[in-house]
Amino acid sequence: MQMKEYKPLIVAFCCNWCSYAGADLAGNNRLNYPADVKIIRVPCSCRVNPMFILRAFQKGADGVIICGCHPGDCHYTSGNYYTRRRMAALFSMLDFLGIERERTRVEWVSAAEGAKFAATMNDFAEKVAALGENKRLEDLRCKK
Amino acid sequence: MRKCSINAIDSVFAKIAESLALYLPVDGSDGKATYKKWENGVKWSNALNTVKSPKEFFFPQTEDMMEFKTSGKNIEIIDTREETEDFVIFGVRACDVRSFDILDRVFLTMPVDSYYASKREHSIIVSVACTKPSETCFCKAFGIDPAVPKGDVTVWKTETEIFFESNTAKGADLLSKIADLTEECDNAPVEEQKEKINKIMAKLPLADLKTEAFGGGKTEQYFDHPAWAELSESCLGCGTCTFVCPTCQCYDIKDFNTGNGVIRFRCWDSCMYSEFTRMAHGNNRLSQKERFR
Amino acid sequence: MQKITCEQLIEKAVALLNDGTVSCVLGWKKGEFDYDITPALFETEEELKNEFVWNDFCRANFSKYLISKTAKCEGKILVFLKPCDTYSFNQLLTEHRFDREKVYAVGIPCEGMADIDKIKAICGDGICKIECGEKIAVSTIYTDEPTLIDAKDVLAERCINCKSKKHVAYDELIGEDGDVIDSGRFDEVAKLEAMTPDERFAFWQNELSRCIRCNACRDVCPACTCEKCVFNNPKSGVENKSPANSFEEQMFHIIRAFHVAGRCTDCGECSRVCPQNIPLHLLNRKFIKDMNEFYGEYQAGAEVGSRAPLVNYTTEDLEPGEVFDRGNKDA
Repeated sequence: MQMKEYKPLIVAFCCNWCSYAGADLAGNNRLNYPADVKIIRVPCSCRVNPMFILRAFQKGADGVIICGCHPGDCHYTSGNYYTRRRMAALFSMLDFLGIERERTRVEWVSAAEGAKFAATMNDFAEKVAALGENKRLEDLRCKK
Repeated sequence: MRKCSINAIDSVFAKIAESLALYLPVDGSDGKATYKKWENGVKWSNALNTVKSPKEFFFPQTEDMMEFKTSGKNIEIIDTREETEDFVIFGVRACDVRSFDILDRVFLTMPVDSYYASKREHSIIVSVACTKPSETCFCKAFGIDPAVPKGDVTVWKTETEIFFESNTAKGADLLSKIADLTEECDNAPVEEQKEKINKIMAKLPLADLKTEAFGGGKTEQYFDHPAWAELSESCLGCGTCTFVCPTCQCYDIKDFNTGNGVIRFRCWDSCMYSEFTRMAHGNNRLSQKERFR
Repeated sequence: MQKITCEQLIEKAVALLNDGTVSCVLGWKKGEFDYDITPALFETEEELKNEFVWNDFCRANFSKYLISKTAKCEGKILVFLKPCDTYSFNQLLTEHRFDREKVYAVGIPCEGMADIDKIKAICGDGICKIECGEKIAVSTIYTDEPTLIDAKDVLAERCINCKSKKHVAYDELIGEDGDVIDSGRFDEVAKLEAMTPDERFAFWQNELSRCIRCNACRDVCPACTCEKCVFNNPKSGVENKSPANSFEEQMFHIIRAFHVAGRCTDCGECSRVCPQNIPLHLLNRKFIKDMNEFYGEYQAGAEVGSRAPLVNYTTEDLEPGEVFDRGNKDA
């Protein structure tokens, strides 16, 4: 039997005002990025509750990335500053529990940065693929 | 009655484990005992009791009941029950053995709970007498004798030897498996230990605990007793008491959406929780005092 | 041994009760055994004289009780606060969880509380009597003579690593105030940080797998004061009454610690009440240590009205990706 090629499932939380538009631009410009990146649009990157990230892993994600406006450019003035602190704390905690640090990332992508969006996703998908399947934060019930 | 040297206990475990899964209390890294499966190198704990009671063997904290899968308009129901093989729970204390009787009354009377029954049928209980009860023990008040625990086999442990006595056919069968490692003996040292235990029991702070105040027809009388308010004052409403309790058997049935089907499972519930017994009209126990009572 | 005697506290409580300053007293009383001292509300002089207790086992932090008791009680409540309790007290005030006007807080010095598990490790089971004096005298039914134990040898973990003997809130202080201590409370966290991810994962799997999801850590926590916890809310989608597998154990503990991150005063109540001895304080301390390093020293509850790190920001904050490079940068 031939082994199926392993492709990581990636969940990308993108803020409505910058990164989602950035993803759009990447599409308009026909830039390639893996089809296994599933985008979830959120009003602001700070809408992402730590629970969202854990739930994404539970439901089968191998990597979770949060994209928002560049610091200083938040549509709501300061949302992404809070994201920055929260995610720094959360990622450090996940690492403390022994969960691979390459599985989570925060990246600032503006509406004009379609190329950055595609490059970021390609790079992230590659790093996550190198780690292999998410085993440490998996819920076996969801993999049946 | 049969016996073996205390040094031979590991070979007895090995012999049993050859044909049956064997579980026994083992000390953890936190210094507290938990039931674990025996394998080479695993040591039987000296602890008086485990934090979680062995009710978990028959009534696990979470247990899948069935699965649903949908394709088009059809729902397929998948039975997740598996045939259980015989297993031995070794080192169960008298109080925990008694708790099985109470759980049996709930789960094995009609309608029989097949999840519980299949595991219960396949279990072989080896109980052990308590040589060093704790200040918190009050089993005598409930008519339990810690010197002569029930179960399929009863074990007494002295400084140097382990004594075995079978109480049921299942127990006799188990003892025949380890017959080569044990020898026939008289019960003098066991009688001596029983006497010692009884003397200790009389000295325990809760030795005089009486349960006569409770029982049929007396509930009304104590329902509005001021003690409930006082006792529940410091209650956190956590539920630890019900989770470690060997006889608490309340559970909740829930569905879990896996993304490609639904798993229906049950899990322990606690009367200390605010959502417990929540019904269409709301909840009938609103304060912690009522829940505690 | 505690420097303040039980009699001094009873005298103070009776005086305040009789002159009408307070209408009830939140204090400790004996539970079933000498070592399980439990919180209680006293309303009369007689109750205080007969039942009030202060010794090496008065471990409970009363701050959280003030939320329900101030709402229920007519008049002022007298509460006795150990130094660590005063931090929780301030934190709750910062979050407007109770009415300061309804509380009369008396600060009392604390020499650290005893851990009954450590006592049992020394003198075994069957404890029938404990007397706290110069030394802790423990009598068991298995020994003729009481075992004398130095309180210093059986201090609870959180007291060995006590962060402060200073009272940060009180109306009145009995005895002398102490200082903030340069404790080694982050040593254990640093030890874990130095391990490999595999070792850390194994460590936490072993610890968290024991969790029975009784929620005692949450229920006792002075920072967890939501009326309806997300884990109890059937509409939240994560409500669960027991840990079905290791994922749920991890999720509960990460989220529990995250929800109090920046607000946790490190009072240690979570680890104290855990029936499975899971070192939950390490998760809280990890957040505290990180935030001290990322955003500057911050002690929750040190002052009323301070802004916790996670509800604050600067434009120069480090990026989440840089969290792990710090070690390399320093080198």
